[in-house]
Amino acid sequence: MPNMSPNKVPMPHQEPNVRNKNVAEVATGYTLEMAQEEADRCLQCKHKPCVNGCPVGVQIPEFIALIKEGDIEGAYDKIKETNALPAVCGRVCPQEDQCEKLCVRAIKHEAVGIGRLERFVADYHMANGENKIPTIEKNGHKVAVVGAGPAGLTCAGDLAKKGYEVTVYEALHKAGGVLEYGIPEFRLPKAIVSKEVQALKDLGVHMETNMVIGKVFDIDELFEDGNEAVFIGSGAGLPNFMKIPGENLNGVFSANEFLTRFNLMKAYDVEADTPIFKGKKVAVVGGGNVAMDAARCAKRLGAEVYIVYRRGTEELPARKEEVEHAMEEGIIFKTLNNPVQVLGDDKGNVRAIECVQMELGEPDESGRRRPVIKEGSNFTLDIDCMIMSIGTSPNPLIHRTTEGLDTNKWGCLIADPKTGATTREGVFAGGDAVTGAATVILAMGAGKEAAQAMDEYIQNK
Amino acid sequence: MYKIVEKERLNPTVTKMVVEAPAIAKKAKAGQFIILRSHEMGERIPLTVADYDREKGLVTIIYQLVGRSTMLLDNLEVGDAILDFVGPLGVPSHVEGMKRVCVVGGGVGCAIAYPTAKALYDNGTEVTVITGFRNKDLEILRDEFEAVSHHMYTMSDDGTVGEKGLVTNKLQELLDAGEVFDEVIAIGPLVMMKFVCQLTKQYDVKTTVSMNPIMIDGTGMCGCCRLSVNNEMKFACVDGPDFDGHQVDFDEAIARSRQYADFEAKAREKDCHLFHKEVR
Ligand SMILES: Cc1cc2nc3c(=O)[nH]c(=O)nc-3n(C[C@H](O)[C@H](O)[C@H](O)COP(=O)(O)OP(=O)(O)OC[C@H]3O[C@@H](n4cnc5c(N)ncnc54)[C@H](O)[C@@H]3O)c2cc1C
Ligand SMILES: Cc1cc2nc3c(=O)[nH]c(=O)nc-3n(C[C@H](O)[C@H](O)[C@H](O)COP(=O)(O)OP(=O)(O)OC[C@H]3O[C@@H](n4cnc5c(N)ncnc54)[C@H](O)[C@@H]3O)c2cc1C
Ligand code: SF4
Ligand code: SF4
Ligand code: FES
Repeated sequence: MPNMSPNKVPMPHQEPNVRNKNVAEVATGYTLEMAQEEADRCLQCKHKPCVNGCPVGVQIPEFIALIKEGDIEGAYDKIKETNALPAVCGRVCPQEDQCEKLCVRAIKHEAVGIGRLERFVADYHMANGENKIPTIEKNGHKVAVVGAGPAGLTCAGDLAKKGYEVTVYEALHKAGGVLEYGIPEFRLPKAIVSKEVQALKDLGVHMETNMVIGKVFDIDELFEDGNEAVFIGSGAGLPNFMKIPGENLNGVFSANEFLTRFNLMKAYDVEADTPIFKGKKVAVVGGGNVAMDAARCAKRLGAEVYIVYRRGTEELPARKEEVEHAMEEGIIFKTLNNPVQVLGDDKGNVRAIECVQMELGEPDESGRRRPVIKEGSNFTLDIDCMIMSIGTSPNPLIHRTTEGLDTNKWGCLIADPKTGATTREGVFAGGDAVTGAATVILAMGAGKEAAQAMDEYIQNK
Repeated sequence: MYKIVEKERLNPTVTKMVVEAPAIAKKAKAGQFIILRSHEMGERIPLTVADYDREKGLVTIIYQLVGRSTMLLDNLEVGDAILDFVGPLGVPSHVEGMKRVCVVGGGVGCAIAYPTAKALYDNGTEVTVITGFRNKDLEILRDEFEAVSHHMYTMSDDGTVGEKGLVTNKLQELLDAGEVFDEVIAIGPLVMMKFVCQLTKQYDVKTTVSMNPIMIDGTGMCGCCRLSVNNEMKFACVDGPDFDGHQVDFDEAIARSRQYADFEAKAREKDCHLFHKEVR
């Protein structure tokens, strides 16, 4: 008899007023007992609707059944068949819009906590299991991967397993992409990212950091070097600004800058040499995951933090769980407001922002109600730090230095949605570089499909 | 890891280091820079490629000891290795098709100006060099500049080396004497570049400056290095570091360069304690 409780087994968390002063993980994870209790809520549906919601097709009922049986290592192997980074996905996937959305239990009550179970299995394996390093027979072919984010790492892992000699070229000094420089420690501990990267190295993948492709080597040189195909997973790292007056004042940062200082450079740690601006009153502009992360980092540095977002609370594009966590931690939401100008003092530091109030009009192309300015509603908000989290675009470096690689009008690489094949022969691409800012699991899915297509391309050459 | 094969103190606060980095040495051009990190908790700092040897795979950097990161770098000796060393970054300087150019270098900016002067000289340009220092002890790269210039002038604040005065005094003197330059290239402290640009604007001489804002990634990802050029936002690491000096908003750049001044002052104090301890 399954566990018919309407709600998920609650996830243990650090207290909001404790965690908003440290960088340790917010959600501390299920115990074996909790995981088995939650696993019992799964009805083992024959038609597996949940699996259709997972971009990489994790065999959900099967791995959950193995948890029930107490075979956690078996469950891990099951997940790993289709998902290269379970410890990451279990934490950051927008499950409520994917696997859990289609779970039959979600029709009446809460879905089965698929993400939480996935995380449990991966953590359990990291703590107790041993890493089996498979012996792989080399197939004598060489390929290159540009960018060590989730797209590139997944592609590299799949190709290495097929016997390719794979080299990953990463611009920064650490592999992981947004997992390393964007998503904060308290949501995704960096030790997990390092372990996943190490697992790839164990598979024989060469990880070359400090390699900005387009500068050190260009794509043509990667081919000259004997690579038969190249995968580009360079992400969407170029920060957008609002183009309003005062954006270059001191104290105004892109979310990328603020988060890179906090995460990649560990600026929250007194031992780190990289400085970070500790604002007293911080306005984070935007309402996505990035805005929530920036706000919660600023809070942990001791600030009073506002989220300034031009639509309503309902429209916040961030994951619901992240919005709730941010609210619990004391972030103040100023929705239906939009900055029009940043005001500075005589030393060039921010002192306030001028905002207008907004109201929601008719739905726009995205289906969300379009925000319209309320005339004459201008007001100023005193702050000493502003963080722009209004989106990013693909970095133009690679397409500028590569002949025959086309992009669309938003600067995204043009690639076949099924295979990742770009307009240049032998060059494949996927992840945020193609779609614009999206999700970890979609980037991984794209890396996986491209690996398959690259293998076919090389074998049929 | 990037091995240090040579280290030389050029003056009490400026050091030259030659580092093994074959991939960078192969590609580097005048005007480009690297970003390095000397230890695990270290900051990423940009330094210009002052020279390179493509055959031997060596890159030269010349840095001034200004704060914690350059001090920690300076603790490394020949045989030690630099943890991270990435480049060549930025757009190379424009050095083609010019007949007469005046290169103005101020202080450690001379290290950045030297490869550009050399590239111009090698291209057959008639090169005039004006260097400026606070005093004789701080002078660097005299022989190097002499080897790549047709006319060379040195200025110092106190007259202990070269003539007493500022680089702008000499530049104005040359322009007033009717010297014609296709371009002036000015590299040094922001204030110096600002005044060179004010001067050359009056004489309507095209002026290129090399901007050195605070950077992190150097790949166009963080926007930390942004500045206003002709009222447009530019990222120095990918759009520069060279810009048309008559279009750069120097006052904004000066304010932005002070962003972390308090933090840096504290970091320096921390270091002084650290170094006291080490000396014992
Ligand atoms: C703050 C933040 C929070 C997020 N939260 C979530 C979340 O909770 N859930 C979720 O699913 N998604 C989230 N996302 C989105 C998700 O992280 C991205 O969609 C995903 O990382 C994209 O993967 P990618 O591999 O395409 O690119 P990236 O992760 O961006 O990796 C690209 C890599 O390529 C490197 N690179 C770029 N140019 C070059 C070059 N020229 N040469 C060599 N290397 C290069 C970059 O340095 C980087 O390491 C978040 C994003 C951010 C910024
Ligand atoms: C493209 C470029 C090329 C450069 N080339 C040279 C060079 O060839 N030789 C040389 O001596 N210096 C060069 N610099 C300046 C050099 O990067 C700084 O002096 C160095 O980062 C100072 O670090 P610090 O920790 O020792 O000093 P700090 O005490 O941290 O800072 C002193 C000053 O250096 C600047 N600075 C600090 N951190 C950075 C950073 N991450 N990026 C840029 N500037 C920073 C700030 O203006 C600061 O006020 C260059 C800078 C740029 C952007
Ligand atoms: S990878 Fe993401 S979408 Fe797929 S099952 Fe796991 S949590 Fe759900
Ligand atoms: S839909 Fe829900 S209950 Fe059914 S198998 Fe999937 S996770 Fe289990
Ligand atoms: S240093 Fe980050 S964008 Fe230039």
